[in-house]
Amino acid sequence: MSAINGQSSNGSTAAPGTPRTGGEVVCDAMLAAGVDVIFGMPGGASLPFYDSLYHYQDRIRHVLIRHEQAAGFAANGYARATGKVGVATSTSGPGATNMVTCMANDIMDSVGVVYITGQVARPAIGSDAFQEADVTGISIPITKHSYLVMDVDDLPRVMSEAFHLASTGRPGPVHVDIPKDVFLETTTETAPDQVNLRGYRPSKVGNARMVRKAAEVINASERPIIMAGHGIDISGAAEELLLLATRGSIPVVSTLHGVGTFPETHPLSFGMLGMHGLAYANFAMRQTDCIIGLGTRFDDRAVGKEDEFGPGAKVVHIDIDPAEIGKVLETDVPIVGDLKLTLQKLLPLIESRDRTPWLDQMNGWRRDHPSLKIPDSPDSVLPQEVVRAIYDISGGEARVIADVGQNQMWASQHFWYERPRMFFSAGGLGPMGYALPAAMGVKLADESQDVWCVTGDGGLLINIQEFNTLAAEGINVKVAVLNNAHLGMIRQWQEFFYEGRYMGAFLDNPDFAKVAQAFGLHGVGTSSRDEMHDAIAMAHEYDGPVVLDLHVDRVENVYPMIVPGTGVNSVIEDPR
Amino acid sequence: MNGTETHTLVATVADHPGVLTRVASLFRRRGFNIASLAVGHSEEPGYSRMTIAVEGSAEEVKQCEKQLYKLVEVVSVRNLTGAPAVTRELAMIKVRAKATERPGLAEITDIFRGEIVDVSKSSMIVQMTGAQSKIDRFLDVITEYPIEEISRTGVIAIARDDVGPRNGRARG
Ligand SMILES: Cc1ncc(C[n+]2csc(CCOP(=O)(O)OP(=O)(O)O)c2C)c(N)n1
Ligand SMILES: [Mg+2]
Repeated sequence: MSAINGQSSNGSTAAPGTPRTGGEVVCDAMLAAGVDVIFGMPGGASLPFYDSLYHYQDRIRHVLIRHEQAAGFAANGYARATGKVGVATSTSGPGATNMVTCMANDIMDSVGVVYITGQVARPAIGSDAFQEADVTGISIPITKHSYLVMDVDDLPRVMSEAFHLASTGRPGPVHVDIPKDVFLETTTETAPDQVNLRGYRPSKVGNARMVRKAAEVINASERPIIMAGHGIDISGAAEELLLLATRGSIPVVSTLHGVGTFPETHPLSFGMLGMHGLAYANFAMRQTDCIIGLGTRFDDRAVGKEDEFGPGAKVVHIDIDPAEIGKVLETDVPIVGDLKLTLQKLLPLIESRDRTPWLDQMNGWRRDHPSLKIPDSPDSVLPQEVVRAIYDISGGEARVIADVGQNQMWASQHFWYERPRMFFSAGGLGPMGYALPAAMGVKLADESQDVWCVTGDGGLLINIQEFNTLAAEGINVKVAVLNNAHLGMIRQWQEFFYEGRYMGAFLDNPDFAKVAQAFGLHGVGTSSRDEMHDAIAMAHEYDGPVVLDLHVDRVENVYPMIVPGTGVNSVIEDPR
Repeated sequence: MNGTETHTLVATVADHPGVLTRVASLFRRRGFNIASLAVGHSEEPGYSRMTIAVEGSAEEVKQCEKQLYKLVEVVSVRNLTGAPAVTRELAMIKVRAKATERPGLAEITDIFRGEIVDVSKSSMIVQMTGAQSKIDRFLDVITEYPIEEISRTGVIAIARDDVGPRNGRARG
């Protein structure tokens, strides 16, 4: 092993000129990026890399997942919880193709993950060799960038570029495909002190003239509203957001990924907007005269019908990605820049203003359309109650990772997230099976935090093999299965839009508590309200992973709902 | 929204394997229509220049420029549509023409300042360089001759000096 202690200026642990294998170069690059946990499964093409990992195991923890999709999702959770880059690794061919969903998920949600995949040895490339797949060909449209490294001398530079690209600007997945023989060859090259990519210069502070114009537009508005997106979290701008809102008395709604970037119990917080957003958040978007979009791409699930979204409102949009500005909404004040730095410039220009009439109006909607009232249900436990119980028992301090479907919406609605990086969910791609592996990554990012995976029964089954990883690695995640015996979101759509013609919506589930037990986990199942509360309290106290199979109402729907293609006016609210 | 027209984008890209795939993949994925694409070396070693003729509305092409610029290997993008620029295309057209028909074809070729670059017993190859519209017009005029094969390079474009090197460059 050639790596020695002590870091050189470029972050490498090797002294300049010391020969390193390709595998060691990758390990050193991970250390330089501050990555201490990676997720993966070995295979023929990546065995030389695993031999390097063997020598680095005192500094880099390798978590053996049971399906490569879990590696990518766990790395996503790790990245989102730490703000660092996550790393997932697999062998060539099938290992790499198993991570394709994860790359597509990361690019949609702007999450920085570096994928290290083995490739067949260089002489075999292009020959349809065993386990060969053109994975860089596959990953091009779903990554921020990708590399096929054909020369070990390029590897130190490529690895530092990969970590740089994944974590800067608008973060995203970077794929590095490394042939087996490149892992084995040695190089004396080191990474350059500074990454130098001519075609990649993310903006920093937004244009000063535009920032002044934004302040003018905001100051002049009567009914402004801030739409807080994922960018607030990514650039660490929660503090600036709070100042902006309080100084200008500006109400805040958030996107799914913006949840928690503004404290949800704050009087200026009006919750999440969008298809399953709160009715009052959406009403506000119809009446506002100034939309302040911060680190959001105005996704269709959030915006709904564009012409009913702030009709006539001035749009101020700040985002690091110039391609997002003007993509969906016509923008009056476009600002490309890092949110934190740009908001710091904007804040001193914001006048403190009394906006009582507007806030009164919004609070009126909040009063008349409560949206989050949980109806009485004598015969069944409602899934919303489970989320509330987790909120109450954890004192609102748990990190919650939701899966996809109804459970995801309830987990976003019925828990009040006070800080960024408390709620995690796969919003853009919406891949079922995200929550369990992502929760492992979130837990390993900071084991002092309580971590709850809130999943549907259907989504759990997609990556249920990770029960084995939880048990083997002792990852202290609490899993709450909102078991409604259905692909609930599918059932709801078939009820609403296909006149109840249920097709492929029913789930014939196993006993998840027993399944958990068979995996060596603490598993409890119940359908009673009291036992549900007790089980959550038990899990909260228990020192180790727990699976709660919570049999909830089978036909509960998510409200409110704005039917796609219609506007806020036709929002469906809970009829009870 | 204004109507669809053809825009000429000129991009400077790192000369790496796969860069053409990335550009093509981007156009396909986002539904942008490429009318033509020409690539060659630029004045700077290690960088190529691509001229891409894109069909779309001004908004669509603006979005296309921004998406192109997001590719790490794309160093700059300029939209030369409507800007002072010289735009050229080269076409080679193989026309079936018996000895008796050749003088007529040669005359038209001459008027369009084309060149006859090859003659065989039954056909001639005409080489035509110029603005795309000129080549299109030439093809319109010779419709009475049976055309066997057309091969066109697609446009390449270069800005005139008064545009300035940074003008029309997508912001990053
Ligand atoms: C991988 C994948 N396949 C299919 C879907 C489509 N889909 C969206 S929600 C849903 C149902 C989810 O059911 P479940 O996990 O039980 O959650 P629930 O809605 O019942 O809470 C399905 C099938 C998806 N999002 N992801
Ligand atoms: Mg379900």
